[in-house]
Amino acid sequence: MDARMESDPSPVKNRTTMERKSERELVTTRTFNGPARIVFEAWTKPELLKQWWVPKSFGVVLLSCEVDVRVGGAYRFVFGHGASKPMEFFGRYLEVTPHSRLVWTNDEGGADGPVTTVTFEEQGGKTLLVMRDLYPSKEALDGAIASGSAAGMGETFEQLDELLVALGASVGRS
Amino acid sequence: MVQSLGARLDASFAALSDATRRGVLEQLGRTDASITDLAEKFHMTLTGMKKHVGVLEQAGLVATEKVGRVRTCKLGPRRLEEETAWIERHRQLWASRFDELDKVVEELKRKEKVDGRKNGK
Repeated sequence: MDARMESDPSPVKNRTTMERKSERELVTTRTFNGPARIVFEAWTKPELLKQWWVPKSFGVVLLSCEVDVRVGGAYRFVFGHGASKPMEFFGRYLEVTPHSRLVWTNDEGGADGPVTTVTFEEQGGKTLLVMRDLYPSKEALDGAIASGSAAGMGETFEQLDELLVALGASVGRS
Repeated sequence: MVQSLGARLDASFAALSDATRRGVLEQLGRTDASITDLAEKFHMTLTGMKKHVGVLEQAGLVATEKVGRVRTCKLGPRRLEEETAWIERHRQLWASRFDELDKVVEELKRKEKVDGRKNGK
């Protein structure tokens, strides 16, 4: 009856962009409605990281999260997914500049892993976050995409089977 | 040749349903290779590898080119779509993370306000 009531206060989410900027670099951007010191805090305190790193929609649980945010400090995230083997993501912080910059390695993939640089830039009470994943070579990024695509396919095969049945049914009719 | 979406998906999924063929794609993502290289790498006969590559080529996932007596395989035209899809999946992953991070930021802002009041600021 009163449509205005439904369109009430939930604020519009800011947009996340991701782009392959060069042969070996992926760049992600997002604006947050808060000062850089707060956004930075949420990236560097384990108890806060845990609250946002693994949204429920991922279908995985965060089994452990060790984060030692200082130059040379290590981090390790362990995810569980049903009965399958837990996945680990780990590396080291190369740069830690409070409220403005974080750089870390991604070592779970061996020498082909990217180095991630996150910058926090405050403008009028909001923070523009830019995340750059720089791979050691074009081949490393291409390889991540190829294996990510193949692996993703494997995981979702059952759903794809269902989709194919549905598509087959509709294509068959046309 | 124009294929219907259903037929194209069928070809892609059938091509990707095999572990060796997924391995071949991963390998070609790193560098181009001849059929002989691939056969050796995956411990298969040349004939066996030719069949796998044929299936991948049919699906547009691999392209081959014969230079002299060597047939070289590289990632095919579907590659670009695959890259776009991969980036979109990762973007969505980070977008959902960041939506959760918004909540943490709001909570921290709220706490700062309360603390500020307590300290008489």
